[in-house]
Amino acid sequence: MARTISYREAINEALAQEMERDPRVIVMGEDNAGGAGSPGEDDAWGGVLGVTKGLYHRFPGRVLDTPISESAFIGAAIGAATRGMRPVAELMFIDFMGVCFDQIFNQAAKFRYMFGGRAITPVTVRTMYGAGLRAAAQHSQSLYPIFTHIPGLKVVLPSSPYEAKGLMIQSIRDDDPVIFCEHKMLYDTVGEVPEESYAIPFGEAGIVREGGDVTVVAFGRMVGMAEQAAGQLAGDGIECEVIDPRTTSPLDTETILESVESTGRLVVVDEATPRCNMATDVCALVAQEAFGALRAPVQMVTAPHAPVPFSDALEDLYIPDPQRIANAVKSVAGWKR
Amino acid sequence: MSEIDEITLLDAYRMMRTIRAFEERVHEEFATGEIPGFVHLYAGEEASATGVCMHLDARDTIASTHRGHGHCIAKGVDVKAMMAEIYGRGTGSCRGKGGSMHIADLTKGMLGANGIVGGGPPLICGTALAAKHEGAGGVGVAFFGDGASNQGTTLESLNLASVWNLPAVFVAENNGYAEATSSSWSVACDNIADRAAAFGMPGVIVDGFDFFAVHEAAGEAISRARRGGGPTLIEVKLTRYFGHFEGDQQTYRAGEVAHARENLDCLLRFRTRVTERDLLTDKQLDAVDVEVDALIDAAVAEAKRAPRPAPGDLATDVYVTY
Repeated sequence: MARTISYREAINEALAQEMERDPRVIVMGEDNAGGAGSPGEDDAWGGVLGVTKGLYHRFPGRVLDTPISESAFIGAAIGAATRGMRPVAELMFIDFMGVCFDQIFNQAAKFRYMFGGRAITPVTVRTMYGAGLRAAAQHSQSLYPIFTHIPGLKVVLPSSPYEAKGLMIQSIRDDDPVIFCEHKMLYDTVGEVPEESYAIPFGEAGIVREGGDVTVVAFGRMVGMAEQAAGQLAGDGIECEVIDPRTTSPLDTETILESVESTGRLVVVDEATPRCNMATDVCALVAQEAFGALRAPVQMVTAPHAPVPFSDALEDLYIPDPQRIANAVKSVAGWKR
Repeated sequence: MSEIDEITLLDAYRMMRTIRAFEERVHEEFATGEIPGFVHLYAGEEASATGVCMHLDARDTIASTHRGHGHCIAKGVDVKAMMAEIYGRGTGSCRGKGGSMHIADLTKGMLGANGIVGGGPPLICGTALAAKHEGAGGVGVAFFGDGASNQGTTLESLNLASVWNLPAVFVAENNGYAEATSSSWSVACDNIADRAAAFGMPGVIVDGFDFFAVHEAAGEAISRARRGGGPTLIEVKLTRYFGHFEGDQQTYRAGEVAHARENLDCLLRFRTRVTERDLLTDKQLDAVDVEVDALIDAAVAEAKRAPRPAPGDLATDVYVTY
């Protein structure tokens, strides 16, 4: 049987293998080395969720703790990338983009274009997103659509341990700035992951389930939710084609459009809030490029237009779940003009 | 000063004179309406960029500000390509996609003028980190203004540079005004350099009209950084001769510029000092003036003749691959 490891271990393994392969790869972030300068054990944490644990001793001098100064160290990662390094910086929570966004969207994202194609900035920003940990409004958002909006950035949303490893390796090797979004509820998810190094190309969606009735495009953690919904719906005789775009920028529009051309029905599942998110983006794409194929209105399953609540009674309602996805699929499957 | 040889002195004069001539000319040309967008001129501040960059080489990177032409010239960016960029031409440093505020040449270690106040210091922490990894003694130099001295990015970078013991030098060019707001009002302490103590690094105040003072202070900071001795904050006090941007009526200041031009000007002071001490002759300096004026004339003429970017370039070079 193939080896299984967690999403967290898959990212750690990708980092380790790339650091082994390429001395230009360095890792930095708050507690990434784990308690630098404190009297306790070095490498105690390996990042707040332990993703970089163990790297500090394996790669001396290449795993850097940082002060809580996101502008400075995200900017430093970007600056180092322009000088030939391949830095992987950890922006602990995606919500903290607010304190360092200038360095990402005005600096890293624009260098290549603004400097006339004469710069490369191969930086990877790892960041944790998503609701479900009762972490409330400032530690739970799904802000990847904001990064997706910015030309010059690539945005990655692995949905499984297999994808996490292969997409992280591609992120590090990629010559453009990459925002690598890790869902906090997926870290302990276990799946089959090859031990050898492999890169999953950007802009190539995975079709995680084939089906001819309804196309379901789902992002990040929502891929698993969509698969569950599709399993239930198969019992009702509705076959879903579940598409995992893997990256929101670039977006594999071809796979989405081909599927809709065949099913004529589209549901998009996006944990982000509903205005200008990936769901609206995919629906607009389909409305413009595949209008003739549509046999029902498109449906979007998203969070509400509200901050993420704290209480589990509310947060559980906030996050799209298999039941809501199934309901949306049924509504388009049974739609009559 | 005695340790600066004749060739280096001539180079320094040529650099300062090139910056001055470039900026005076852009000022004139901008008034004709042919230069699009906005430009922020560095005239008056030449001794700062020159005094610092004379110490730098291919190992080193600088980051600049929206007032970046002087830093670009001092770090060796091609003057004709710069002028073409300011005119928005396809032959420009950034193929017409960056403009005055974004001139860069990474092959020269010039990481860009920057439209964001305080945008550069974090980036320089990174280039300094890369230089430290390379182990060849390279340094990073962040130029920023009195306005950026109040930005969180700058203060965070000073701290990070000290914490990581980076080979970095932070050069605060205090020209007295952040746009139209006086730094005596916006900077809460007497001197920007005083802030260095809070970040555990030396802070030095330098007369920005005096090339030799800047050169000496920068030399010390840069050689300390190269030796692994960590970062320095240098505050260069100076005056810009033109407005915040071209077109600025400068109603917030009166008389300062005329006083500086007549009594403090870095080029005049340089000339007086080197000729009085028989280090260079007026004839040598005049020859540089002629050479520089010809270069700037040619740069403007070529820029005006140069093709504009092709329509097909609108969305190219956003990514390396996509």
